[in-house]
Amino acid sequence: MVALDKAETDVRDGVDRETVEAVNAMAGKYKHGWETDIETEYAPKGLSEDIVRLISEKNGEPEWMTDWRLQAYRRWLQLDEPRWAMLHYPEIDYQDQYYYAKPKSMSGKPKSLDEVDPKLLATYAKLGIPLKEQMILAGVDGAEAAPAEGRRVAVDAVFDSVSVGTTFKAELMKAGVIFMPISEAIREYPDLVKKYLGSVVPASDNYFATLNSAVFSDGSFVYIPEGVRCPMELSTYFRINAENTGQFERTLIIAEKGSYVSYLEGCTAPKRDIAQLHAAVVEIVIMEDAEVKYSTVQNWYPGDEEGRGGIYNFVTKRADCRGDRSKVMWTQVETGSAITWKYPSCILRGDDSQGEFYSIAIANNMQQADTGTKMIHLGKNTRSRIVSKGISAGKAQNTYRGLVSVHPKAKNSRNYTQCDSLLIGDKCGAHTVPYIEVKNNSSRVEHEATTSKVDDDQLFYCRSRGMDEEEAVALVVNGFCKEVLQALPMEFAMEAQSLVAISLEGSVG
Amino acid sequence: MLEIKNLHVKLEEEDKVILKGVNLTVETGKVHAIMGPNGSGKSTLSYVLSGRDGYTVTAGSAKLDGQELLEMEPEARAAAGLFLAFQYPVEIPGVGNMTFLRTAVNAQRKARGEEEMSAGEFLKVIREQAKTLKIDADMLKRPVNVGFSGGEKKRNEILQMAMLEPKMCILDETDSGLDVDAMKLVAEGVNALRSEGRSFLVITHYQRLLDHIKPDVVHIMADGRIVKTGGPELALEVENNGYADILAEVL
Repeated sequence: MVALDKAETDVRDGVDRETVEAVNAMAGKYKHGWETDIETEYAPKGLSEDIVRLISEKNGEPEWMTDWRLQAYRRWLQLDEPRWAMLHYPEIDYQDQYYYAKPKSMSGKPKSLDEVDPKLLATYAKLGIPLKEQMILAGVDGAEAAPAEGRRVAVDAVFDSVSVGTTFKAELMKAGVIFMPISEAIREYPDLVKKYLGSVVPASDNYFATLNSAVFSDGSFVYIPEGVRCPMELSTYFRINAENTGQFERTLIIAEKGSYVSYLEGCTAPKRDIAQLHAAVVEIVIMEDAEVKYSTVQNWYPGDEEGRGGIYNFVTKRADCRGDRSKVMWTQVETGSAITWKYPSCILRGDDSQGEFYSIAIANNMQQADTGTKMIHLGKNTRSRIVSKGISAGKAQNTYRGLVSVHPKAKNSRNYTQCDSLLIGDKCGAHTVPYIEVKNNSSRVEHEATTSKVDDDQLFYCRSRGMDEEEAVALVVNGFCKEVLQALPMEFAMEAQSLVAISLEGSVG
Repeated sequence: MLEIKNLHVKLEEEDKVILKGVNLTVETGKVHAIMGPNGSGKSTLSYVLSGRDGYTVTAGSAKLDGQELLEMEPEARAAAGLFLAFQYPVEIPGVGNMTFLRTAVNAQRKARGEEEMSAGEFLKVIREQAKTLKIDADMLKRPVNVGFSGGEKKRNEILQMAMLEPKMCILDETDSGLDVDAMKLVAEGVNALRSEGRSFLVITHYQRLLDHIKPDVVHIMADGRIVKTGGPELALEVENNGYADILAEVL
């Protein structure tokens, strides 16, 4: 750890300062709490076979896909919502939601920037998407040819239920990488989708994943062919805009033998008094010697201080390390949502495969988070590492729930789990629920856990050097999270640091 | 510079009175030392001046260049030019020493309405200052005080002092836990910072630190009051005869 610190400090020095600036600049506001007034086309409220058929039809899907959805829907009807998590929320009325909403301006592709709904462009600008990418996202002809400024990250933006555009598609295609909305992939690459969709998270997996399988309207599809190192980072921005609308996106990533990709996911939503439902599924298939890094900065609207509104975030994310020596790394910064129910998992099927999970979960005010991971060791010599940093403030409840399961054939496997909780104030809670099952005697599992409070001495020390209380808290908490922040790609690390600071505002004093 | 008048302080949670009317004036550019037996209130005085929670001021005032310190937040006192070198510097895991210092320097500058220090300038200045204190690059990158030896922690406090350029420095038992060489190094660091516009209040148990940091005035504190004030010879008297004689004389 010390070695890492040395290597990273030079780069990170500037970042902490940015955090502090960000806190000051944004003083107490949920940064992404604006709503874009865009004409939206809705499917009727509620859920039925007809709605499922309608979503499928809107996406121009083949019959097999419609049948797949319908099967999932029928299965869902027989399932009960899980209640084992340490989460308390009012009954969700699944018939009182819209399952499909689409910005009207996306119905026909614009030919130039003038034809694009300026409000949609403004939305992208607020999300911090560079102009060239905004043009591409808006589908403007020739935009891809324009020179890019600054960073090169391919972006897929999902607005309410619909992918509104993907950047750098052509350039990625040259490398053989397919990065497109999953709705398009279903039409253009039906064989690939058919082969892998539901192969990691089956349609019948759990209540929320099954619901997603029935009604998902879009999401991202990524295919990295054998031996290809994806030439740029891929990124998806999800945003819920329309009211009373559930967002159900589906992401499918396939990394063939010896390939590599780093994938980033960012989420925001406007402020609403009424809770909104979000149930996503991410499936990752990783073949021999391939590696996937999946990073999330989740900043859905968390609700207000009294717990009104906010996103109910029920997400199933799973990576299947199918090939020998394959590797997956999940990194998540969870600062938003009123309710978080999320356990990105690794199935370590191939021999010598590796799974890593780095997590920062922050719950402030009335937020509740029940999050963690599952490491399923099936192959020989498989290794997993879990580093979880939970921060609770206000009246929030934060639970780490993690499973490490080592199967009989997973000889010589190893797991290391470090699970740290930090409490700010005396009205919040931190809970750690580890499940460990080891079914052979050559494997080794280590679990370390700590719980601490933000120390008054630390805060006074910072303040006596001139920092105000919020700067001091941000600094101490970012220090607490450092190991995880270091696991994020640079650009996300900066965003995450400021998010950490912002989401803890008002938590002291 | 610093003017403390009739300062009465009790613990916030208990009815224990610690300071019972402290009067003390430190002139600009002077070095004052406070000596005294355990429990006389020396450390409490330093904490109250810098604004730590847990104390209630029941009477009196403490002004820095005419500004009432006791009404200010700790960070405002720092921005006004007050610095406390801690007896027990606090560890902040995961936060690089350099990051910490730059955040502090710029927070103070911002509070005073000054331009922030650029990364390049900061790096240049900190490297120079670190050299004087024999602080290597590695120590600048390590998390604040984590795994530092006693000597490293105290040197790090002096480095912070050098970077923050305060006008009133309080050193709370900076010599405690240091061997002779480490103490010399710290004292050299302090002496290098002595200037016409900067005052020091050096709190210590022992004369030996004052061999290296020569004070202009020495105060003896006992039972929450300054009971005797004199020149450097007063410290020698304590060293030779202990506190008993002086206390017997004044109480």
